[in-house]
Amino acid sequence: MKSADLRVPAVGPDSVPHQARLFELWEGAGGIAGFLGSVDHKQIGVRYIVTAFIFLVLGGLEALLMRLQLAGPDRSLLTPEQYNQLFSTHGMTMIFLYASPVLSGFSNYLWPLLLGSRDMAFPRLNAFGYWVYLASGIFLYVGFLTGNGANDGWFNYVPYASRPYNPGLNEDFYSLGMVFLGISTSVGAANFIVTAFRTRAPGMSIDRLPILVWGTLTASVANLIVVPAVSLAFLMLWMDRQFGTQFFNTAGGGQPLLWQHLFWIFGHPWVYAIVLPAMGMVSDGLPVFCRRPLVGYSLVAVSTVATMILGFGVWVHHMFATGLPGIGMSFFSAASIAITVPSAIGVFAWLATIRFGKPVITTAFLFFSSMIILFVIGGVSGFMTASVPVDWQLTDTYFVVAHLHYVLIGINLFPVVGAIYFWFPKMRGRMLDEKLGRWNFWTMFIGFNLAFLPMHLTGLMGMPRRVYTYAPDMGWNTLNLITTIGSFVFATGVLLLFVNILRSWSRGRPASDNPWDAPTLEWSVPSPPPPYNFAVIPTVASRHPLWEGRVPSAERSSISQGMLLDVGKETIGTTALDAQPDMILEMPEDSLAPVVLALGLAGVFTGLIMKAWVVTAISTALLAVALLWWLWPRRSLREREPADG
Amino acid sequence: MNSSTPLAYLDSAGERAHAIVPLTWYMLIVSILVCVIIAWVLLRALRSAQANGGDDETRAVPVQEGESGVHWIRNGLLFSAPPLLVALVWTMVTLAAVSGPPPHPALTLEVTGHQWWWEITYTSPQPDQSFTTANEIHIPVGERVLVKLHGGDVIHSFWVPKLTGKTDTIPGQTNLSWLEAQTAGVYGGPCTEYCGAQHAHMMVQVVAESPAEFEQWRQRQLQPATAAVDAATQRGAALVEYRCGLCHQIRGTSAGAHYGPDLSHLAGRRTLAAGLLPNNAGTLAAWIENAHGLKPGNLMPNQNLAADDLTDVIGYLELQQ
Repeated sequence: MKSADLRVPAVGPDSVPHQARLFELWEGAGGIAGFLGSVDHKQIGVRYIVTAFIFLVLGGLEALLMRLQLAGPDRSLLTPEQYNQLFSTHGMTMIFLYASPVLSGFSNYLWPLLLGSRDMAFPRLNAFGYWVYLASGIFLYVGFLTGNGANDGWFNYVPYASRPYNPGLNEDFYSLGMVFLGISTSVGAANFIVTAFRTRAPGMSIDRLPILVWGTLTASVANLIVVPAVSLAFLMLWMDRQFGTQFFNTAGGGQPLLWQHLFWIFGHPWVYAIVLPAMGMVSDGLPVFCRRPLVGYSLVAVSTVATMILGFGVWVHHMFATGLPGIGMSFFSAASIAITVPSAIGVFAWLATIRFGKPVITTAFLFFSSMIILFVIGGVSGFMTASVPVDWQLTDTYFVVAHLHYVLIGINLFPVVGAIYFWFPKMRGRMLDEKLGRWNFWTMFIGFNLAFLPMHLTGLMGMPRRVYTYAPDMGWNTLNLITTIGSFVFATGVLLLFVNILRSWSRGRPASDNPWDAPTLEWSVPSPPPPYNFAVIPTVASRHPLWEGRVPSAERSSISQGMLLDVGKETIGTTALDAQPDMILEMPEDSLAPVVLALGLAGVFTGLIMKAWVVTAISTALLAVALLWWLWPRRSLREREPADG
Repeated sequence: MNSSTPLAYLDSAGERAHAIVPLTWYMLIVSILVCVIIAWVLLRALRSAQANGGDDETRAVPVQEGESGVHWIRNGLLFSAPPLLVALVWTMVTLAAVSGPPPHPALTLEVTGHQWWWEITYTSPQPDQSFTTANEIHIPVGERVLVKLHGGDVIHSFWVPKLTGKTDTIPGQTNLSWLEAQTAGVYGGPCTEYCGAQHAHMMVQVVAESPAEFEQWRQRQLQPATAAVDAATQRGAALVEYRCGLCHQIRGTSAGAHYGPDLSHLAGRRTLAAGLLPNNAGTLAAWIENAHGLKPGNLMPNQNLAADDLTDVIGYLELQQ
């Protein structure tokens, strides 16, 4: 490389003309092209969150319909086929189209702000991930709305999912849709991993990372490892269905249990992937309202990773009734009981943070702290199902339905709503209403427990899951009615959240840069943040840059003085562990390539489902063009020599 | 047997289910205690709350490093470890006790899950002592019965909550379960692996009775079909052989197909359509005429018999005690 490329970034103070220069460089174009081409992580993050919440509403409406059907015995509001598509689509929606993308949304929005960076490592890949998520979600819902929705539950066991038993397009939509969605998850995960290791502000060594970053980083590594398993499984299923391969067909030498292994080797780690980042939100948000740092930061960070590692070794606890050998099951049983330990570390850390802090009860605090008890309830019911013989009775009953909703709503939705109350002021520059927030919290909390706590008992009384109706003489009538009432109360609570957001969107009280007096970098920038995030790249000297002086720290972080990087769209690349400045990263301009590429993919999958090979061929050509356009070398993106060299 | 909650397994009725109950209670009580203790600790910790409000109230409370608090994590883990270890050891002990099939079963059944009914074959080394029935298992009280599970089409799961936990029936493999009932009674068992449209109506019933009653029932099952007694039932028999015989078997007649449940001694069974309806002449007629209205999506077509044909068919089938 020529010596002219050697450049050490200028260091200086933040100033108004400097900000204007950055604004010029970073502000995206307006209009439809600007919207479609934006690579700003904040816009992409908000889009993820909004889209995920739309899917949450859809999944919620599906649940309410099912609860009306189950409100009493022998009701005939829904036909069996309708009910079966509803519960399958509900599961698919909540797990794949809400729970994971909403966390990607928060992490997309927050990571560069938490890390002191101006964007994610791969901004165009980030945009691509979102467009693929949106397109695959629409693809899956086109199936549902045309009566071809998934109808074999979210875990989709063969042979019921195979063609002789399921001749419609239902399972083709689900298989192809999941392969499609897997692309989004994989590129998103890769982006998070590189972002975490390469774009942290100088000085933000890994022991200074917010726990949310630990959570999403751990989940992303897991996703990269396990998503291929499920994408492969769905591809094999589609090939079995359409081209006569025999992966799962016993008559052709295939194995139905192969599906279950491939699915759960993905599915169980995935459960952790959709709770660990949310637990991170609690670990970062709760201490702010306890006015002290998190108790046991290192233990909590390590336990996050340990949970995930153990989480790779528990998938068979979904398969205890499949007739596997006892010795093998004992191992998975023991691992499933042992995973309680790292999970419990978080609980004790949060409790101690409250106990040894000075809690201020806000709506966000209520959501974060109530999550502790919901987490414990979902945890202990998981502990029960971890025991093989006990699970032989509990599995596939409503006990498991109760368990998984405590896990997913308790550890994902409650922290996410808390996170909205906590970070909405940063995203929108306005406060949400605290009084309405209290109504929001208590309606959700009471409704949720009213719906799902009695469900444990329904399960202990033997009600199987996934039944579209039940006989009146089973002793389940009252419990089911209570659950239905609770589900509507809960839905009302979620509705109050939307009311609060809509009311505060333009009329909320303006928020200062740091309304909660919180310690991390995102609160050092204006609310909402400018397109370049940080006018100067901060240098971090502790875990709590904005609390220095109040909690012990040897050195002081530098927030308003740092690398200016205002000659191009640039941010700083740092070393993986210690975050020493390493190179100047040239960030790409807005680009339509990601959305075109996603459209091309949508065309490919549409062609595949219609078996219209011409459509697939044309779309593949479009893909190739978009990829070429994306990857075409640009002088402006050429990376320079090490900044400190 | 508690009739108000017929599938509640904590109120077990047989050896294999009994063995699991104490462990389940142990884990349940530990779980409830953990929830109560954590909730109590959380509520006590909240007594130190400084304020109830929003951002102004939050900012008003100064930030402090505070006590380390790590000892809570240490103590919490120390308190959690013993009950976890007990659960682990108890799990392994229980697993060893109940997982394996009984070494010398009194009876061996071959049970196959179909969409949406159960095929049950009583096997014997002597072919003339074997017979097939559907949806209703009879066992002698106090005897251990080996159940070999086969997948007929898709995956189903065999479960009799008061007698045994779940074991899946999976195509291409034979899984083992076993039953033993300590008290006489009728024990229901819904299918518990989602298997399609009528997963909700796929109930097996286990009738545990005294060895003498069981032997009587078994001898009855070994008999061929009861012959028609008059002109009407003769017409009925002909219709059954001609129409029902396309899919069903009635041993001792020319109805010998195996697509649907074996109908030999149908009238002696307690329920129809895998637990959907009580079995009597009226429900049988309703089922034959309107199987799809009663169990939408099931594989038996509505028969649309003329009224007198239907009467004759029912008359014949009701003879098959």
